[in-house]
Amino acid sequence: MSLQSPVSSDHQLARLLQIGVVLEEVVEARAAKHAAEAPDIDDEVRAFLLEAAEESGEHRKRLEALVEQLDAETVPFDEVQTLVEQQYEANQDFDGVLYDQLCNEETAYKFYDDLIEAIEESDAQFSIERSHLVSELEAIREEEATGVEEVTKLMEE
Amino acid sequence: MNTANQYLKAIYLVQEREEGPASTGAIAEMLDISPASANEMIGKLESNGLCHHEKYKGVDLTEEGILRARNALQNYCIIERFLIEVLAVENFREEATQLEPVIDETVAERLDTIIDRAPQCPDCFDAEADVCALLHRELDAAE
Repeated sequence: MSLQSPVSSDHQLARLLQIGVVLEEVVEARAAKHAAEAPDIDDEVRAFLLEAAEESGEHRKRLEALVEQLDAETVPFDEVQTLVEQQYEANQDFDGVLYDQLCNEETAYKFYDDLIEAIEESDAQFSIERSHLVSELEAIREEEATGVEEVTKLMEE
Repeated sequence: MNTANQYLKAIYLVQEREEGPASTGAIAEMLDISPASANEMIGKLESNGLCHHEKYKGVDLTEEGILRARNALQNYCIIERFLIEVLAVENFREEATQLEPVIDETVAERLDTIIDRAPQCPDCFDAEADVCALLHRELDAAE
């Protein structure tokens, strides 16, 4: 055990982006599962969940493009989807579904926020252009923030 | 980023091993840092009510310190298990330590939804092997 900067090399950056991809895959799989299977949700909530799943898929592809530039690989979506299915605990009432989606969006926001901070605190040179990396992560973080607002509104309705 | 949690986890593990207060030297050794750096952070933790430090005796975590240390240890276990089970990382101990400060509790909770962790976590953590004892057995059996 030792204390080191979490992002001091391409390898460490790639690892964190891989984790980001898996997080987006978890969000995508859970939101899609809820949209398809939750019995007590109305059309507005179902449409929101489908849109959220699609947005996570988009984020995943943007992260994958960054990981590729670092010459690393990501975990295929179907593998994570299988893990989600295996460990899934049913909690599909209306509040449960929206609460789960709120956790998804808040977690993703926190992950990108911490990652951006760690990158900004690191003086490492990466193979990816730093400004492109940070602007991509900031853009995704903003979309997560919008997601938190949207799901909060739905919960208040 | 939270290195304070890494200190709390190290103090907790040293206290478990020693069955008493943790010496600054043992904490510094576990974190691979100088005793002076360890002393500085222990002072901060003490002023935040997370531990008591008595010269020549050592460091004792407060109740709140123990709670935070156990949460940090649980997060570490989630990261290690995630690295092994999902990303198939061989050098998982070192990478988990690097990732710890940037993977907070909420993120670890989501990663936890796709791994297979025992309910008694983090009590099954083996400090000497720096990994969950159950996982250690699984890894040994797989070799």
